[in-house]
Amino acid sequence: MRYAYYPGCSLEATGRPYQDSVTGVAKALDIELVELEDWNCCGATAYMSVNEVLSFSLSARNLCQAKKIGDTLVTACSACYTNLRKTEAYLTDFPEIKSKVDASLAEAGIRYDGGIATKHFLQTVVEDVGLEKIKSHVKKPLTGLLVAPYYGCQIARPYGIEDNADNPTMMDKLLTTLGATPIPYPMKTVCCGGSLMGIQKDVALRLCRNILLCAQQYGAQCVAVTCPLCQMNLDAFQSSINKAYGTNFNLPVVYFTQLMGVAFGMDSKGLGLNQCIVPATKVTAQYA
Amino acid sequence: MTGSQQTVIYEQAMDLNFLDEVYRIPGGEKIKDCIQCGTCSGSCPVSWAMEQPPRQIFAMVRAGMRDKVLDSTTIWTCASCYQCMHRCPQEIKITDIMYMLKRMAMRENRQRSKNAAALSRAFFEIVNKKGRNHETSLMFKVVMGTDPLGGLSLAPVGWGLISHNRLPLLGKRVRDIAGLRKIVAKAQELGGE
Repeated sequence: MRYAYYPGCSLEATGRPYQDSVTGVAKALDIELVELEDWNCCGATAYMSVNEVLSFSLSARNLCQAKKIGDTLVTACSACYTNLRKTEAYLTDFPEIKSKVDASLAEAGIRYDGGIATKHFLQTVVEDVGLEKIKSHVKKPLTGLLVAPYYGCQIARPYGIEDNADNPTMMDKLLTTLGATPIPYPMKTVCCGGSLMGIQKDVALRLCRNILLCAQQYGAQCVAVTCPLCQMNLDAFQSSINKAYGTNFNLPVVYFTQLMGVAFGMDSKGLGLNQCIVPATKVTAQYA
Repeated sequence: MTGSQQTVIYEQAMDLNFLDEVYRIPGGEKIKDCIQCGTCSGSCPVSWAMEQPPRQIFAMVRAGMRDKVLDSTTIWTCASCYQCMHRCPQEIKITDIMYMLKRMAMRENRQRSKNAAALSRAFFEIVNKKGRNHETSLMFKVVMGTDPLGGLSLAPVGWGLISHNRLPLLGKRVRDIAGLRKIVAKAQELGGE
């Protein structure tokens, strides 16, 4: 299996453990991820606030780069994923946007006329590789591990994966295949606040506290995520949440790819598990 | 509006062109179909922190309350999680309209837009310079541009990330930055609504 791959900016910094575990898991499953040549930022949510045409043009440039590799583009960041899919949708549905994006790209001598299917890495492993094959790679089943599958907001929404938007189960099925127990809890897709953490911290802290509280009350030993921003907000800000709310959360927040790696018997260091701020190895060590 | 206090807005204060501005964005004309059911407000994870929940903002847009809408904290509290848009029975692109209102407020330098505008502009500057976002610079710029003293409370979070090798000092840069800047310049020129 060969795909064009777009890491996105976060996976080079705060989401580094995600990048390492995606790479490791892809290798184990024989998925060839060919990184886009000279890719640029997707615009995240900030560009959309400044200028919509600009945001779509940035993503369209990445889609052009993907065309050089194939017709499917894989990304592991939910925000990049949404932006790429939204760009594809707007270029198809609104000719006035398309003509402006065309004119912008023409300045650099490139053109995008559609045809790239963007997939989240979660889809790649569950839909393309398939649970059966994943199961055959499980060497250390995560038996007894209670995981709160947290999908976050964007992956399940209008520009997202084809799953039940209010109660997606794609990651649940994956976790079950790994031998873990996904807990049922009602906060799977409730937003973590995203970039509000930078501008309205109190609001974002409360959202994250609600998610952690709910996961903990339903018995989770860790939270599994699909987005670098969700991971950072729930993990790096967990001590801020404890301070603001007088709580004492100590709930590791890991990427689903890290749990896959543990179950595949991969080394925890290579999976970046020691880079979680709330120590994650305390729950994964027993499977090493 | 808080408590029992009522505000009367006279017809002269209405900007009837406001609705036209919203119609002009792709998909914006769907706002005509809003039935004020409140599903958006009920679904919004941050409506409790908004001056007016989304349903009310949409009623205000349709009533031509331009200043009140663009000066509302609501548009900046929207985290763009798309929950309202996913659930809207009339298929209105609520999140995208919120983005459009943000752009209008930023263009007009509305006071309330200060913090979010600082984040958006800092992001914009970094990406224009390098083609990629460098999270370390972004965090620094946002703190310095909004609340340098309050930013001290973020120091432990920053240190946590740095000590876990998650905030590299140097960012990578797009090789064809000249080509990218040409795209950015043209898109900027064409992008104003």
